[in-house]
Amino acid sequence: MAEAKTVASLVRPAETVLGRARRRRSPTLFAGIGILSVIIIVAVGAPLFTSYSPVTPHPLQGLLPPSGQHLLGTDQLGRDVWTRLIYGARIDLEVGFLAVLFPFIVGTAIGCLAGYFGGVTDSIVMRAVDVILAFPFFVLVIAIVFVIGPGTKSIYIAMTVTDWVSYTWIIRGEILAAKRHEYILAARALGYSRRRIIGRHLLPNVITQAIVYSMSDIVFTILTIVTLGYLGLGVPPPTPEWGSMISDGQTFITTNWQLATIPGLAVVITGIGLSLLGDGLADLLRPE
Amino acid sequence: MTDRPLLSIQDLSVEIVTRRGTVHAIDGVSFDVAEGETLGLVGESGCGKSMTLRAILGLLPRGGRVTRGQILFRGTDLLSVDKAQLRDMRGRSISIIFQEPMTALNPVMQVGEQIAEGPIAHLGYPKKAARERALDLMRRVGIPDPARRFSAYPHELSGGLRQRVMIAIALACEPQLILCDEPTTALDVTIQDQILKLLLELQDSSHIGLIFVTHDLAVISQVCRTVAVMYAAQIVETGSVESVFAEPRHPYTLGLLRAVPDFDKVKDMLDSIPGIPPDLVSPPAGCRFRERCVFAQQDCEVGDFPLLSVGDDRASACIHWTQCRDSALTDPVISIGQSSDPGKASKAGSQAGI
Repeated sequence: MAEAKTVASLVRPAETVLGRARRRRSPTLFAGIGILSVIIIVAVGAPLFTSYSPVTPHPLQGLLPPSGQHLLGTDQLGRDVWTRLIYGARIDLEVGFLAVLFPFIVGTAIGCLAGYFGGVTDSIVMRAVDVILAFPFFVLVIAIVFVIGPGTKSIYIAMTVTDWVSYTWIIRGEILAAKRHEYILAARALGYSRRRIIGRHLLPNVITQAIVYSMSDIVFTILTIVTLGYLGLGVPPPTPEWGSMISDGQTFITTNWQLATIPGLAVVITGIGLSLLGDGLADLLRPE
Repeated sequence: MTDRPLLSIQDLSVEIVTRRGTVHAIDGVSFDVAEGETLGLVGESGCGKSMTLRAILGLLPRGGRVTRGQILFRGTDLLSVDKAQLRDMRGRSISIIFQEPMTALNPVMQVGEQIAEGPIAHLGYPKKAARERALDLMRRVGIPDPARRFSAYPHELSGGLRQRVMIAIALACEPQLILCDEPTTALDVTIQDQILKLLLELQDSSHIGLIFVTHDLAVISQVCRTVAVMYAAQIVETGSVESVFAEPRHPYTLGLLRAVPDFDKVKDMLDSIPGIPPDLVSPPAGCRFRERCVFAQQDCEVGDFPLLSVGDDRASACIHWTQCRDSALTDPVISIGQSSDPGKASKAGSQAGI
């Protein structure tokens, strides 16, 4: 009994991810989480932080400078810029997240199959990846959105079609390395099905890289949405969205510089937050 | 029980196509394992021991294929059953314990889940019952405080505990045959002793057949009744452990036994077998051990050297085995296993903890 007790005390209890984060004192991770939580809280609770509507125009109050009533002034249609900014965060974050989630799932699944089965499957998948990579990214996205028509749905489709290759690329490489490990041979020797081996044994060992990449991918995707919005191919007006705010505001850049600059800054700050989170996660999920 | 052996390998040959050429990894290997019996398969690295185990499981490396022979498991030829059926037998009827539990356990999965996985995948246990089964198995293989260890990750456990987890995984579906691929090589001697004792106990209680692959002759003498010595993809000598180790009838076995350091006879130099094993891409004609053999003569240079009976359940591939026997008799090889007191060893093991 006594022996069992001492032995037990030698074993560290399973540590939670947060516990590990605290122990490693990762300032990057906490800075990223901090910045993003503020943005998400403001976006989710948008009605609590403003009393204006983001879409209703007030033609008589157009282009007001920042004041106590309108923190960041109003745009050319008299809508409160702060209100549009925080409602816009909802759209950009949601679309950014979902537009990464779909290619993440599709790309990871394809990457698993290509990496695990190799051979012909792998060759076909990798040629498809080559074809998509050979296209300039924006040309392809714009072409797809143009064909389907502007809107969030076409953004999701365009991103899934173009962006899965990144995840396939990452996951395939990781699987190729991981499947050489003895524990995979062991899993095969124990007669587990291929589905079980890929899903329960390989995937948890390789998914980290894809998760870390997805953080910077969200930044990139938000930039894509903003770019599409700027080109008039994004979320249709009057829905507030940072890209269209920038593009609408640039006409007034000499008189009301904040109209285009503030949403631009919002993009930058969100991007910094996500990058910090990505770096922090990379540190955290790195094996000991 | 029937009189047919649990596993019977007959004239098994495996070739592996590599860039260097075709490697004849296993060449005409035959042996039987009965229920509840332990066969030791001994030989140096690359002689085909582990490849034999992989052939049994149907998990040859890429480019490898069985060119000849039969692997009969309870009368069924494993080489002719379809893939799905063979996969279901793996882990369920035939299980394996690997050498290095650190690399053979999944680093990101809780050990309890890894033990519970077999019953879920093979026996259709619901999750909760599988967890109970895993806890049972953990108790059975002597893991203290199983409820707590269930959620540990492999890197949080000691080498001995990890190997116990491996054993629990191998036992999880009550297999009839367990292949042990150097299960104690990566452990220090006290833990090694505990693990071997555990395996023997489990075998006693559940009547499992074991194939024990190792290059450690002391381990063989501790756990096996019969031994097969492999050299350059072939079995060169078989027999009961006591008789083979006391009086080897193949010069390779003799060389192996002489190479074991003896604490009672302090020497300046350790004995070794001169030369290196032949290249298995183009194995030499005649006896494969010939170039390293002190008894080699002209007639060793040509022809095949199959295992021939050399008396009471023993077989050797050496045609000059009498010389080898005489040499062993005039200058006795050390008696491995007989000098060590098992009672003493177990005490040392339990004191060292896990």
